[in-house]
Amino acid sequence: MKAIILRSMALAAVLLLAACSTTEPVKEQVYPEPVFSAQRIIPADAIDITAVYDPWEPMNRRIYNFNYHFDQWVFLPVVRGWQAVVPRPARVGVHNFFENFRDVRTMVNATLQASPTKLLQSTGRVLVNSTIGLFGLIDVASSMGMAKPDEDFGQTLGHWGVGKGPYLVLPLLGPSNVRDGVGLLPDSYLQNYIQGDLLAKPVRATAFLFDSIDTRANTSFRYYETGSAFEYQTVRWLYSTKRELDVEK
Amino acid sequence: MTFANVSQRLMVGVYALLLPLFASATVTVENYGYPLTDRYVATVVGTPEGYEPQLPTAEQINFRKQWLDVFPERKLPDLIWYGHQMIYSVALQDHPAPLIFLIAGTGAAHNGAKNVNMARAFFKAGFHIVSLSSPTYPNFVSSASTTGVVGHAERDAQDLYRVMEMIWARLDKDIDATSFNLAGYSLGAFNSAYVAKLDEERKSFNFRKVLLINPPVSLYNSISLLDRMVENIPGGEDNFDKFFDRLVTGFGKVYKDEDVIGGDFLYQAYKAMDLRDEELAALIGVSFRISSGSLVFTSDVMTDFGYVKPRGLELDRYADLTVYNQVLNHLGFTDFYHNFFYPFYKADYPGASRDDFISAVSLKSIADYLRGAQKITVMHNQDDIILEPGEIEFFNDVFGDRATIYPHGGHCGNMNYRDNVAHMVATFAGGAN
Repeated sequence: MKAIILRSMALAAVLLLAACSTTEPVKEQVYPEPVFSAQRIIPADAIDITAVYDPWEPMNRRIYNFNYHFDQWVFLPVVRGWQAVVPRPARVGVHNFFENFRDVRTMVNATLQASPTKLLQSTGRVLVNSTIGLFGLIDVASSMGMAKPDEDFGQTLGHWGVGKGPYLVLPLLGPSNVRDGVGLLPDSYLQNYIQGDLLAKPVRATAFLFDSIDTRANTSFRYYETGSAFEYQTVRWLYSTKRELDVEK
Repeated sequence: MTFANVSQRLMVGVYALLLPLFASATVTVENYGYPLTDRYVATVVGTPEGYEPQLPTAEQINFRKQWLDVFPERKLPDLIWYGHQMIYSVALQDHPAPLIFLIAGTGAAHNGAKNVNMARAFFKAGFHIVSLSSPTYPNFVSSASTTGVVGHAERDAQDLYRVMEMIWARLDKDIDATSFNLAGYSLGAFNSAYVAKLDEERKSFNFRKVLLINPPVSLYNSISLLDRMVENIPGGEDNFDKFFDRLVTGFGKVYKDEDVIGGDFLYQAYKAMDLRDEELAALIGVSFRISSGSLVFTSDVMTDFGYVKPRGLELDRYADLTVYNQVLNHLGFTDFYHNFFYPFYKADYPGASRDDFISAVSLKSIADYLRGAQKITVMHNQDDIILEPGEIEFFNDVFGDRATIYPHGGHCGNMNYRDNVAHMVATFAGGAN
């Protein structure tokens, strides 16, 4: 439950901030024209194909920046500690354990999307991994070559025609959009509901923490590390494109 | 199967085994097994699955990032506040071993796929690895370039040499290096040649062996070729949007059809999209343009030159950069060369013309050194797309039997083909002592 509250709060804070953020006053200062200016170079009818609807960009960029600092001072040190203290086989076990819940998430969302193939695939995985795979600790299904579809509620909304809405950088979680951000809520509710049935209370409390650490440990992305000043818009475009494809997939 | 056939196969097998021993032997079309014979396909796709060598993973060799403060006093503009420390990677043996520095190609990072693959191979062969980004990688520009404007052969070499010395000063406490070596691909190979030359004066490393993989001859010729590839967009550059859209749709189709995205994704995508050579060339041109755009913008912000950003305008870290990105997507690297690089450095070389500048950034200008430098060897491809017709002859002429020219492989496409990897490692063999 803690997780849902946290995630809802993060989302609410973001939406609130967005509503409050106003455009800054434009400074009226004239600068010399650069060697290549937009007026000279960009044709009047040019379309920016990498454009993504991002009306809250000033706020998003600030959260992007905040996420970097959170990474540096909290998240990545914890991940490094985790990797140093917990032996690799145990880490893989933890990862598989949470991935098994993701397969359950896919089962539910495949049902909501009326997709029998994905439902069968994910159900097969959960059955195999929860039994032979010792409660999900071993990913037997992948070793057997079973396909692993990945569906979440954001994709389910997209499947039924809900638009993705404005781009959104979520605190701690990173790139998203309003649709996918809202989709996180039922998905985390589901995960907590199942875990609540399966896990003892103290374990449940730490599960969210471990899940977060495991997710960060398995995400190689590092804010600002490309060094390119265009990283923010590149990530924005890549995320949006990938999600569009995920919805169609 | 006829006798001739069997014996031919046997010959090929024996030849493959011997290849590492006689690294400079001629490789002919008949006995070269890299499967992609189309130069553009090879460049884009690289080495398909099943043709790669068996190597430990990056994780298994503990290939890890390090940070270096090259200019502690440097104040960066707020927009690129994060670029202060230079990032590089190392993988170190736990016993005395030869050390190899790797230099990445245009716009590529210390942990890009090609450097990582070289690191895996050389580490397996017993080397300490220090992997560096290209001086054209934005992080290098902001953290380690003296002037902030790269593409200057000697100055880039000095900047690289400085960070190599600093890194070694740091490593010297912990590891024992029995010799120093150097390898680079593409622009990194070009840089390596100049770094090797600089080392003859400075003598910090006294490089034992230096390997240049697919270097350009004239940097200007190569960037002109890459710039012009954008012109291959079907219907011309004005149809960039449509072309780009088609690529994304094509990639998307493959992505949706495949459940597992392995290392062969690019090859699958290429096959599914059925791209013509011109379109592949356009794709290469577009990706070159995008990476050079990031580089040029970093230089513009660092120096406040006023290339696409108005001079004096201070952008903060939250600034919307869409318009600059768009402008740069319409400019080539040659535009940068004529309208930024040349005016920026002109004052340092009174009397030097544009053409003098262009001919200075070429291996031809150090050909005398290269001709006599026995430690330097070259691996190249007959069909490399970054060379003008005939430019490949420069390597045979200058390096003689120290140059191996593969019959095909495009630009660095065959770098991870198992014979090529064996060749790379063999070049440095014996260095373990």
